[in-house]
Amino acid sequence: MTIDPRQFHQVFFEESFEGLEAMEQALLTATPGQVEAETINAIFRVAHTIKGGAATFGFERIAALAHRLETLLDQMRAGKRLLDEPAIELLLGGVDLIRAMIEGARQGIGIDDEAQVGYISRLEQAIKGEAISPTPLPSAVTARPEPAPKAPAPGWRIRFRPDPSILAHGNDVVLMFRELSGLGDFQVKADLSALPSLPELEVERCYLAWQAELRGAVERRAVEEVFEWVADESELEILPIQGRGLPQPAAPVTDEAVPSGAGEAVPAVAVPKAATLQEAVRRVAAEPGGSIRVSIEKVDALVDLVGELVITQSMLSRLKGAVVGELGERLVAGLNQLERHTRNLQDSVLGMRMLPIAFVFNRFPRMVRDLAAGLGKQVVLEVQGESTEIDKTVMEAIGDPLMHLVRNAIDHGLEQPQERRSAGKPAAGRLSLSARHRSGSIYVEVRDDGRGIDPAKILDAARAKGLLSGDAPVDAEAALNLLFHPGFSTAAEVSDISGRGVGLDVVNRNVRALGGSVGISSDLGRGTLFTLRLPLTLAILDGQLVQVGGSNYILPLEAIVETIRLEPARLSSLAHWLELYLLRDDYIPVIHLARLFQCREAACERPLVVIVGYEGHRVGLVVEQLLHQQQVVIKSLESNFWKVEGISAATILGDGTVGLILDISGLIQIAGRVLGETTGWRPHRTASSEARP
Amino acid sequence: MNESISSGSEVGRDAIPRQYLSFLLEDEAYAVDILRVREIRVWEHVTPIPNTAAFIKGVINLRGTLVPIIDLRERFGLDPRPYGPRTVVLVLVVADAGQERTMGLVVDGVSNVCTLAPDLISPPPDFGGAVHAEFITGLATLEGRMLILLDSDRLLNLAEIYAVGQVQQQANLDASPPPPSGEGD
Repeated sequence: MTIDPRQFHQVFFEESFEGLEAMEQALLTATPGQVEAETINAIFRVAHTIKGGAATFGFERIAALAHRLETLLDQMRAGKRLLDEPAIELLLGGVDLIRAMIEGARQGIGIDDEAQVGYISRLEQAIKGEAISPTPLPSAVTARPEPAPKAPAPGWRIRFRPDPSILAHGNDVVLMFRELSGLGDFQVKADLSALPSLPELEVERCYLAWQAELRGAVERRAVEEVFEWVADESELEILPIQGRGLPQPAAPVTDEAVPSGAGEAVPAVAVPKAATLQEAVRRVAAEPGGSIRVSIEKVDALVDLVGELVITQSMLSRLKGAVVGELGERLVAGLNQLERHTRNLQDSVLGMRMLPIAFVFNRFPRMVRDLAAGLGKQVVLEVQGESTEIDKTVMEAIGDPLMHLVRNAIDHGLEQPQERRSAGKPAAGRLSLSARHRSGSIYVEVRDDGRGIDPAKILDAARAKGLLSGDAPVDAEAALNLLFHPGFSTAAEVSDISGRGVGLDVVNRNVRALGGSVGISSDLGRGTLFTLRLPLTLAILDGQLVQVGGSNYILPLEAIVETIRLEPARLSSLAHWLELYLLRDDYIPVIHLARLFQCREAACERPLVVIVGYEGHRVGLVVEQLLHQQQVVIKSLESNFWKVEGISAATILGDGTVGLILDISGLIQIAGRVLGETTGWRPHRTASSEARP
Repeated sequence: MNESISSGSEVGRDAIPRQYLSFLLEDEAYAVDILRVREIRVWEHVTPIPNTAAFIKGVINLRGTLVPIIDLRERFGLDPRPYGPRTVVLVLVVADAGQERTMGLVVDGVSNVCTLAPDLISPPPDFGGAVHAEFITGLATLEGRMLILLDSDRLLNLAEIYAVGQVQQQANLDASPPPPSGEGD
């Protein structure tokens, strides 16, 4: 499936307008000279986001302007410059100009060069540290014909008068127009001149004709295709646009009855003047396209409500056996139906938060091209599975880690063309990004066919840094995992030796904070693969209920490897509540949860050990009982409390009580720390991510 | 935050009588601003939160919201008392660091709602009773009995609860292995 970048333009425009509005608000409410760092940061972020988006979609002038604004703001952020009155005025001018440029891009027109050049030179002066010149921005940012960045042909003028019988033949004009509006900027006016008086009107006949303009780089064939089925029974005229705007139609044309599915008549004149830009911005919301923007809070409130409904439903389903006889059967049937509907509702509501991962992937082609060009490398980027859907929150959080991995791969992983050729590889390096669903998780891979990572060098560096003691052999996988150690990232000399490791701990931490994990594998001389496992959604979780100290806790089901009965003879004590357990031929660390949680030691005759997988290692958790499995709605404990170590979140169980969800990495962290404090021992192999420096 | 429920408003103090909900703790009568009380519940099962102080009883589900429950007796260092049918939980809305939070307070029993004009409230004396003086906003006399007005925002301030909890936990566990020094990030 190919992704048309234009489908994201609209999102970029909307987000940019939102951002600009926020930026404007912040600037207007700021007290000159005493602006808080947070305000400057917020403004900076808007400029940065617009720059990134504009660059991705090829609106280079917008990107360039945003970049300059960013430079100026960066000086303010660094405290080298005050956000004073002239600076605020200058930045507001920038907001206006960017808004006009974005509106121009949206409408496929350019804006006055003079205004831009004048503004940019003032901005440049300010960046150089000269006093900000008080000349106000030329207020009239006038519209000037200029083709859109990616639209060499301005578009098509379409005159369409279908045969009155068109509706009877099963053709729907609205659908055709909707298709056209998907091709570019589409505006249409209905010609009502043939409309008969009401008594003569036959409902099944079509009396309307339309005049339309389709702007954008659309091939004539694409337009003709839309009319393919009706061309024989219609008067159809498709002409390239030469002048601007719709011609004055000979027949009287009214503004009503726009059949494009939009609720609002779109003004016929396609060229907005500067004064109407604001209005045009407001019109964005009313554009056809069948989608509405809803704040994420509203969706989350809905997710919460549905969560409540799921709990109520599971409470009710316990009543299934409560009534006997015919009434009971009807109850069961009703409850089953309720369960089905509830599940469908939950899926739909959670689906509202899902977006194709292409939103993240799409920023890479350009970034890769620029980075490669800057480094004199040749890189072929392959993207797969970009239509994989992922929770919006997860997506927002993985953008930076992914960017980091891609940058690392190009910077350190892929070699220069000569080096590649002499190694018998094609001169152009291959970088692939892929995403796929697998068993309730999303796997995102960043793979390069570069030089790979030499485990021996990592080990040398780790020993030099004191992260690893002794000469005990460490397998390659464990060595690679050392890259995620916080100590690795800060050391410049290490990154020189290993060629990697810059900020990988940050990537690891960010992904783990989402409940995911990062894996790395490398083949020396052949390439490196980073695999990010991410939860599909942050809203629900498949859980296993366990009993600890008389209370119920939830373990993420996917972490559980197996559960065994605890045989005391296989335990060797290491500390009060951390022991080693001989599982078949391996000693694995075992955490007594009840003791760790300082519950009164529960009188439990036959405790169980739940073996959980954690970053490729196994840890045993001693629990009293294994209860049922259930899908739980994740609720944050932090809205009314603080973050409790070892607990990732909470949920509401079927009986209405609260269940706490265990955070395996947090538990291991506590265990590792306490063990370290008491014995000086650090958990082997998990040391990379757990032990604190 | 609206002005009517911010306890520090001088204007409100001058003229308008305020309503308070009074409750019992040991044999003393306490009261909180009634606008802060969201509801009164009977004692119910709570889910304990591991590695927190003993006076943090756990968390309950209040129509989908997770509400932590604090035992006021234990918070004030009184002996714990078994929970009975008269034990109630006051669910309070707390303004904390510019945010609104909901927390529950276990008390021995609710007595009644009373209206107090500001001139009937005397400032807190400098005394060392069963209660830490910093939570007291004033004293009043009701039916010949002293009523201690509490500042629920101060009392249920998370940072403070966390700090006190750490101290208490440390004291309880000095004999046992080193406690995980749970981070409050």
